[in-house]
Amino acid sequence: MAEPLLEVRDLSVAYRTDAGDVVAVDRVSFEMARGEFLAVVGESGCGKSTLLYAITQLLSPPAEIAGGEVRFGGRNLVTLDGEELRRLRWRGYSIVMQSAMNALNPTLSVEAQFGDAMRAHGPAGDEEVRARSEAVLKLVGIDPVHRRSYPHQLSGGMRQRAMIAMALLFDPDLVVMDEPTSALDVVAQRSLMRQIKDLQERLGFAVLFVTHDMSLVSHYSDRLLVMYAGQVAEIAPTRVCFDTPLHPYSQGLFGGFPSIHGPRLPLVGIPGSPPDLLTPPSGCRFHPRCAQVMAHCPVVSPDLITVGDTEVRCLLYAPNQGRPEGAAIAAARPAAAPVEVVT
Amino acid sequence: MTAGALEAPLLRTEGLTRHFRLGGLLSRRMLHAVDDVDLEIRQREVVALVGESGSGKSTVARLLARLYRPTRGRILFHGEPVDRLRSRAASLGYHGQVAMVFQDPYSSLNPAFRVSHGVTRALRLHRPELSPDERQHEAERLFTIVGLTPAAATLRRFPYELSGGQRQRVGFAEALASKPSLILADEPVSMLDVSIRAGILNLMTELRDREGVSMLFITHDIASARYVADRIVVMYGGHVVESGPSEAVVAHPRHPYAQLLMASVPDPRTPPADLVGGAVGDPPKVIDPIEGCRFVGRCPVAIEICSRVTPRLRELGPGHSAACHVAVADS
Repeated sequence: MAEPLLEVRDLSVAYRTDAGDVVAVDRVSFEMARGEFLAVVGESGCGKSTLLYAITQLLSPPAEIAGGEVRFGGRNLVTLDGEELRRLRWRGYSIVMQSAMNALNPTLSVEAQFGDAMRAHGPAGDEEVRARSEAVLKLVGIDPVHRRSYPHQLSGGMRQRAMIAMALLFDPDLVVMDEPTSALDVVAQRSLMRQIKDLQERLGFAVLFVTHDMSLVSHYSDRLLVMYAGQVAEIAPTRVCFDTPLHPYSQGLFGGFPSIHGPRLPLVGIPGSPPDLLTPPSGCRFHPRCAQVMAHCPVVSPDLITVGDTEVRCLLYAPNQGRPEGAAIAAARPAAAPVEVVT
Repeated sequence: MTAGALEAPLLRTEGLTRHFRLGGLLSRRMLHAVDDVDLEIRQREVVALVGESGSGKSTVARLLARLYRPTRGRILFHGEPVDRLRSRAASLGYHGQVAMVFQDPYSSLNPAFRVSHGVTRALRLHRPELSPDERQHEAERLFTIVGLTPAAATLRRFPYELSGGQRQRVGFAEALASKPSLILADEPVSMLDVSIRAGILNLMTELRDREGVSMLFITHDIASARYVADRIVVMYGGHVVESGPSEAVVAHPRHPYAQLLMASVPDPRTPPADLVGGAVGDPPKVIDPIEGCRFVGRCPVAIEICSRVTPRLRELGPGHSAACHVAVADS
């Protein structure tokens, strides 16, 4: 296998609070290949945005990286100084923030902001900025006349497109996106997703996409990383994850939202609510809400276990982990968990 | 819905219209937030109002809650025009009958009071005949209905001690306190996480089935609308463009905007449909709009008449209407 573009190893982030450390990201590891589309999904408070800020080295106190490394293009971003990071940003990787209205400067035209980013990486003449701005705006389907527009003159969808255009100024290898479509209505959401996918296929950059809406990425991402309470609960190819989710949390999550197709099935949802990370539950962090909880779940913290193409953090798939020797292997399950797939 | 269809509707609007003046006093620019909306909510019926942001769906809810006065048109509740309710008692009676649940359960509860505060306050206001003991019992009963058990202990909690889903349940308990026949729920699940959203959607259907409450469910999430509602009404640019039984609207949308909307809904179980057209384009012109269909600029099937004449809702299938010159009726 070729060297991965991004390699996250045992990355932990702690928020230092008076009440103690809140470990929002707990030993997260994954790799991304060049040109891959990886979606990180989870609910509010699961640590997905913190993970993204930790990877891009944008954390600010009280959050700090408590351990682990982020290798990008062979270098560990965690140990780079400000100047080295500055040279890597926009060029090596770029970010599209959640709210374009707040991420764009309202007092500068689109082109002026693009010029700022370009000049941060060396001298660029007005002509060069103009040509590049027009080129990237065309890429995202905005009429190049809008390079002179101010953010308030653009619609919500166009602002998000302008942010994506800005992220593509230098042809980066990785574009990180934090819920870029959450402020848009479904029609605009759908066309923006299609466009991101087209650009990614055409230009070959990798996408790390954070969202709470897994149905949104279901047809666009290559792999899915499900986070729960700061940890990776499950990571698998997107199709596999949707068709046969293994973690009881993923199963609840995917069964928890209604569909507009097929019969109207009753929804169950997941009882309880996500834990407070100041005092996370013992053992498996999902056990207080889990319908398939076993006797040793509150005691044993499961590791990620490989089942087929999936890695899952659940004792259902590790019959021997944390059990006294010779105990009955009652919990063993086939690779494809019994999940009702609606067709 | 079957039995209710014969009865008089619980609430009906006729040509409900609300315009807002933009700019200063001398400005003539008018924003047409809601134009000519005829809406009907029957007994024990959940009607979902869907549309993009700015389509006017929240303005409709606020008009029905009498937070705004209509520019034109009227609201009939049990056949009685609501604008005739002039006295404070009559107005209070209406607010008791038509209660509201808000979008954001994090800001709709007062953080300084225990969650019993809102419920007991509503009980004192709308049902003054209850003694303090009866009030406590009633509050506990309401909390039990909305699934906040043990009720007595939960009533003593402060909002910060509850999760988003639990807070939204408190919102429903407060709304139920006045024994309403209609609840206006404005995006009640959009702030909630997926894992707890299902519980609130189920609560809404339970309230209809067990308590006999009707609901206007305002949402931008079509799948939630289909899950909960008996009928779906689609708004675009202040107009109702389609209305009908949920299944019919979701499976066979007639208006090109509704078709675009249904095709855009992401669904992991089904590959994305090809968008027929109109996916990009200018938002509808709602400031000083001119005659004609407001979707015409994006419509893939528009014909000449569409930019001249505003289409009226026409019945194209059983109980299923669309406001489109091009859509054809069932043969």
